[in-house]
Order: sequence, then C-alpha cells, then structure tokens
Amino acid sequence: MVEMTGAKSLIHALEKEGVDVVFGLPGGANLPIYDALVGANLRHILVRHEQSAAHMADGYARIKRKSGVCFATSGPGATNIVTGLATAHADSIPMVAVTGQVPLAMIGKDAFQETDIIGISNPCTKYAFQPRVAGEIPEVVKKAFYISESGRPGPVLIDIPKDVQQATADMHFPDLIKVRGYNPATDADMSEVGRAVELLLKAERPIIMAGGGVILSGAFAELQSLAELMMIPVVTTFKGKGAFPENHPLAMGPIGMHGHPEANKIIIEADCILAVGARFSDRSVGRFDEFGKGMNIIHMDIDPAEIGKNKSVDVAIVGDVKSSLRTLVKMLSKKIVKREADNPWLKRRKEIIQYYQESLKDYPRDVTAKKSLKKLREILPANGIVTTEVGQCQMWASLHFDVISPGTFFSSTGLGTMGFGFPASIGAKAARPQVPVVDIAGDGSFNMTENSLAVSVLEKLPVIVFLMNNYMLGMVAQWQRTFYNRRYSGVHQHQCPDYVKIAEAYGAQGIRTQSMEELEKAIKTAIKSDVATVIDIPIDPDEDVYPFVAPGTGLKDMITGA
Amino acid sequence: MSENGDWYIVSAIVENKPGVLFRITNLFRARNFNIESITVGITEQPDLSRMTITTKSDERIVEQLVKQLRKLIDVVEVRVLDTDKSVFRELALIKMKAVDPTTRSEIMNYASVFRGNIIDIGKETMTVEITGTPDKIDAFKNLVEQYGITQLARTGVSALPRGVD
Ligand SMILES: Cc1cc2nc3c(=O)[nH]c(=O)nc-3n(C[C@H](O)[C@H](O)[C@H](O)COP(=O)(O)OP(=O)(O)OC[C@H]3O[C@@H](n4cnc5c(N)ncnc54)[C@H](O)[C@@H]3O)c2cc1C
Ligand SMILES: Cc1ncc(C[n+]2csc(CCOP(=O)(O)OP(=O)(O)O)c2C)c(N)n1
Ligand SMILES: [Mg+2]
Repeated sequence: MVEMTGAKSLIHALEKEGVDVVFGLPGGANLPIYDALVGANLRHILVRHEQSAAHMADGYARIKRKSGVCFATSGPGATNIVTGLATAHADSIPMVAVTGQVPLAMIGKDAFQETDIIGISNPCTKYAFQPRVAGEIPEVVKKAFYISESGRPGPVLIDIPKDVQQATADMHFPDLIKVRGYNPATDADMSEVGRAVELLLKAERPIIMAGGGVILSGAFAELQSLAELMMIPVVTTFKGKGAFPENHPLAMGPIGMHGHPEANKIIIEADCILAVGARFSDRSVGRFDEFGKGMNIIHMDIDPAEIGKNKSVDVAIVGDVKSSLRTLVKMLSKKIVKREADNPWLKRRKEIIQYYQESLKDYPRDVTAKKSLKKLREILPANGIVTTEVGQCQMWASLHFDVISPGTFFSSTGLGTMGFGFPASIGAKAARPQVPVVDIAGDGSFNMTENSLAVSVLEKLPVIVFLMNNYMLGMVAQWQRTFYNRRYSGVHQHQCPDYVKIAEAYGAQGIRTQSMEELEKAIKTAIKSDVATVIDIPIDPDEDVYPFVAPGTGLKDMITGA
Repeated sequence: MSENGDWYIVSAIVENKPGVLFRITNLFRARNFNIESITVGITEQPDLSRMTITTKSDERIVEQLVKQLRKLIDVVEVRVLDTDKSVFRELALIKMKAVDPTTRSEIMNYASVFRGNIIDIGKETMTVEITGTPDKIDAFKNLVEQYGITQLARTGVSALPRGVD
C-alpha cells in the first residue's frame, strides 16, 4: 500500500502494464493526469487532434499486439476520440482510452465540458469504467488492459472525474485480476476439431479463408504449416490481407467486393471452406445466402457470438486460432504425411490465375495506381510496414501491393475511417522505429488528419505518405460513375491543397512525381529520409478499381472491367 | 412457429450496479432485437440481479441474443428457460370503470375466479391485482374489457427454473 493521488496511481498502473508511450492532448478535466506525467517513465506524444491520438494508439497496438493508450480531456476531447474508438472496435483492436470527466458532484448538471462519454461510446467500446473513488484506479486499469487484450480484443474506456484524479488514497496495485462474468479463454472442442479433420480429408477442393483473427493472434506460422501440409490454396479477407505471405505459391489474395479476381473465382468453386478468424462480413462474402452454398464450412473463431451470426456453418471451433490451428495440424499430421502438389484442384488454381493474368487489361497511362504500388513493393523492404487510408487508394493497395512478411499491413477495414492511415502509421513507427512505415493514402483521407505531420516531425517519427492524388473523393466518384450515370456530386477537390507545400509548412519533405522514374527516386529518398515525406503522385481521376462485386450481388457476379 | 415467432424466456444473472441495464437495453436496440418484456430485481446474492427477458422470435435470433448477452462483461450467466421446466409469473394491475353495483359484483366474481384481488375501489373505478402467466392475464383482460379499462400496468414476466437446478 502506498499513498498517492488518483492521477499518479493511473500513471503508475500504466507503467506497471509496460506502457511506454501514450498519445494525447490535455484540457481542464485531465490536468491532474498531465501533471502526474511530469517525470513519469513513459513517453507522451502530443497530438494535434484527439481522433489522431486514438488512431496512433491503434496503429501502435496493431504492431505490438497489446493495448495502445490515448488520453483526452472531457467533453469535446472525449467526443473527438469516438471515431478512433469505433474504428478500433470494428477491427477488434486492443486499446485503453483515458478521458477526464467533470468532478463527481457536477455530473448530471450539464457542467462545462461535461459529456456522457460512457453513454456515447457504449456501442463502440468493449467496456467502460468510471472510477468513483481514487483507490479503485489501479484495479480498474488492470481490468481495462485485461479486458481489452484478452479474448476478442477491443477498446476499453476509463473515464475519470477530475476530483477522483486529485484525491489521495492508499493504493494497492494488483498483479492478477478476475472479472466475474468474463471468461474469454476457451480451448478448442476436440470433437469439433475431429469433425473438421474429417471434412478436410474428404474435401476435393478445399480452401482456406484467413481473416483478421489470424493477424490479431499472430498465428502466421500455424496457418502456413496447415496450408502446406494439406496443400490448400489460401484466400484472405481484406482485413486478413498479409495473414499469409502473398508471394507464397498457395496464396490467392483477398476475396470480396474488391477482391482479387482469382480469389473470388476459386472460392466459389471450392467444396470446403475453412474460415480462420474471419467474421463473414458482407464486404467479404457478397450475399450471405449465396456464399458457401452446398459447401462444407468450418469456422474457427474466438468469439462464440460470431458462430452462426452471418452464416450457418457445419463445424465451429471456438478458441484462439493460434492454438486451434496447432491442434488441427497435429491431428491432421497423424492422418497424412503431406498432400501431393499436383492434384486437379491445384491445377485448376493455376488455370484461374493464368486466365485473369491474360484477360485483365491495365489502365492506359504512364503512371497508374497499379504501377505505382508495384514500384513501392519493389523498393520497400519486406519488413516495411504499410497502413492505408480509405477509398480507391485502399482497394488498389489490396489489389496491387503484395504483403510478403505476414502482419505488416494494416487498414481501417470494418469502419473504413478516412484519416486513419496517417496517424496509425505514426503509431506504428513509434512501436517499430527501425523499419520504414508507409501510409498508402488518398488525398481526401490525408486531408482529414494531415495535421499529424506536426507530430511526425516533432516527435522524430518519420513516415512516408504515399499519396495517390486524384484530387477526388475517388471511391465515391466511382460509385457515381457506376450507379448514378456519371452524375458527380460533392466529390471534386479542385486541385486544393498543394501537398508539397503542406508538407513543407510542417517541416516535412514534399516530393511531387510526374513519371515512374521520379517516383522510384522519391521512394528511395523517402526511405532514407529522417523526416516525414509526402510523395504526391498524380493519379487520373477516372481510374476505377476493378474487379468490383456490386453491393447485394454475389462473388460470381464480379465485374472485372475487362 | 407462428407468424410472429415463438415465445422465449431468457433468464440472465447480471452485476447489480449502475449502468448495467443501460448496456443491456442498448445492446437490444443496437442489434435490432425485439423485446416484449424485461424485468430486473435483486437475487439471493445482493450484488447480483436476475433479469428475465421475454421475446417473440425464432431460434436463430434467440441464439444470437443469448450469445451477445454473454459477451457483455456485466452479464454473469444467461440461459433460455424451457417453459415446461420452469415457473413464470407476471403481475398486472387493471383499473376499470365500475359504477353500478351489478358491474362491481361481476368484476369481483371474475377476480375471485382468477384468484385476483380487488386492491382499490373508487367512486367510479375498481382496480384488480392479478398474478399468473401472461396468458391468464390476457384472458382476464379480455373478460373485463367490456367494462372499459382505464389504466393497465403489467410487470412483465419473472421466471425461475423448477426444482433443484
Ligand atoms: C472501402 C472498403 C472496401 C472493402 N472491401 C472488402 C473486400 O473486398 N473484401 C473483404 O474481405 N473486406 C473488405 N472490406 C473490409 C470489411 O469491411 C471487413 O472489415 C472485413 O471483411 C472483415 O474481415 P475479417 O472478418 O477477416 O476480420 P475482422 O473484422 O478482424 O474479424 C476478425 C474475426 O476473427 C475473430 N478473432 C479475433 N481474434 C481472434 C483470435 N485470436 N483467434 C480466433 N479468432 C479471432 C473475431 O472474433 C472476428 O470474428 C472493405 C472495407 C472498406 C473500407
Ligand atoms: C470519415 C469518412 N467520411 C466519408 C467516408 C466515405 N468515403 C469512402 S471512400 C471516400 C473517398 C476517399 O477519398 P480519397 O481519400 O481521396 O481516396 P480515393 O478514393 O480518391 O483513392 C469517401 C468520402 C469515409 N469512408 N470516411
Ligand atoms: Mg482521392
């Protein structure tokens, strides 16, 4: 037991959790917390907008696979992080957000900068705490990290009234904690694993569909050994992009609305789908009723509520995919040595790939999204980290940028938050400073959080903004071209702003490229640079993303644009 | 299954602390679960409440409802009660117009057949308290509707499994 203020106990508890960096911005209601930060053993990174603090914590968390931490004051500070919480929640990212709140006695009085952040954030947090006495804080922090990181991860909010931050108490810092009513750990049911083994062994055309759960769990080696043992082609969801090396002979890339054509094609020809840590989102599967019809579906997921939510399945293996995959591989290896590589299904796989390679035409320009991204892949080391913004830029990244080293590609996929990629890249850089980090960006998205350039420059976290600039809310424009007879409405950015000047205004580096040669040079310069670099790459505003599975249609209805 | 689905009674043990009811009802709204009634009260353990939820639904939706409830940190235990193996009751207070003596005595008769109690008599109204299954309350309500029901309050169903459980 040690006596200290609530604010001090918060900082101390964070240190005890091993937190080394927090992202935030102060205000009246979290002044005591900011005071307690002085001299603390953790790095505070001051942001220019609280939304970015949450996205930075998110980017950090995706790399470290443990909770990122952000701070905001009450009222507008707290509401500014809501988009960040919702983004993390949609993508199951562990995060602990700490907000200041008006003093206890003022709650409910419509006090200055009072907002019911617990109510507001309820649907987009895994849990929220509001400690009422200072002495509760250490235990609340312990619980927050435990809840946020265990089971299916997610953001947890701690809302601390100012007087609770200021009050002193005898603090006890627990090492272990139990939360009644929360039992996230489950071991795979062996009889279900046995049924999965049977289905996989009798399948003639099996396919693995790897999702975000594989990345969250870090089950890369396990996934690869299963695929290689059974010689099963692997498609991923977009969130699962990079769960499996995309240059692997069994890799087929992401499926879905803007999936790789060969991936969409092969999955509808399969007879057995093994979904690993994927939640059958509408963007992945097209129509729920059509997807997987007549096939056996095996679903591995840590969240029991995902079983049967969107798709009825034949076998469900509930548990962490890392251990479930291990169990599955162990049981399978007892039955077979290794599948031979030349079977009709793998031949069919080759045919499909070849078909699309020959039939898809490239957009006829000297500089295109596809060429730019292939160039980036060529130069960026395999362990380089990529985040993305949202829109065409994101889908082009999915289609044309192959992830080689698993777990190096991160995007706001569930919420599709424009403005996520850039702050997330800074958070990723803070987590892994020794590797280059690139935000594959669109102009509209970059606009939303570009003021984080200040953070990148001042905190010496140099990242690369790979700006595919069509001066257009391009993805929306594509839908207007496709579904609204080219009636453009609210999508033009009118050559504003000048991104080179924006970069320079913050003390970063801005390079505009007009040719593939210039682009190559710019990427090399950026990787070596010790300040943030914005590479402004002009992209034709009419360039569409193909293939495209229109909403409400099935994967078989894919439009390839060819 | 009837057109609007079957009746399900879901029983949940939840933490007895502020904000729990909000989290649960917000979940129902956000996930589009249609709830007919919900009752909450303390259990034999003062830090736990029992919540009884009734819904007209189908099996798949109820399964999701149960799983989503289980996901809530404050929810300790959830189960769907087998209506044959549980006891369930609802309380209703029904106020109706009752001026002339014939009406009054008719209402008293009905109430006693249904084992209800007259709990208030005013100049122009009588209020009956009646406990039972929702069906029984419906039946009583239908019977006395002719007199003109002026106010009605129903608690929603409370339930427990039968016997040693
Ligand atoms: C513009 C745009 C276009 C998009 N187009 C596509 C598209 O074409 N194709 C596509 O697939 N997506 C697309 N998306 C993304 C889509 O919205 C979903 O976010 C995505 O499909 C979800 O993928 P998921 O199910 O793999 O991952 P998640 O949402 O990450 O779900 C992970 C699942 O794994 C489980 N899990 C978590 N941790 C573990 C663990 N340790 N062990 C086991 N299970 C675990 C979770 O419970 C969950 O069920 C698009 C998004 C945007 C913004
Ligand atoms: C915060 C937010 N607002 C609106 C949208 C809807 N939206 C999806 S993509 C898109 C256009 C993105 O433009 P840009 O970043 O320039 O990328 P492009 O599609 O042009 O590559 C918009 C507006 C969104 N996803 N997020
Ligand atoms: Mg654009």
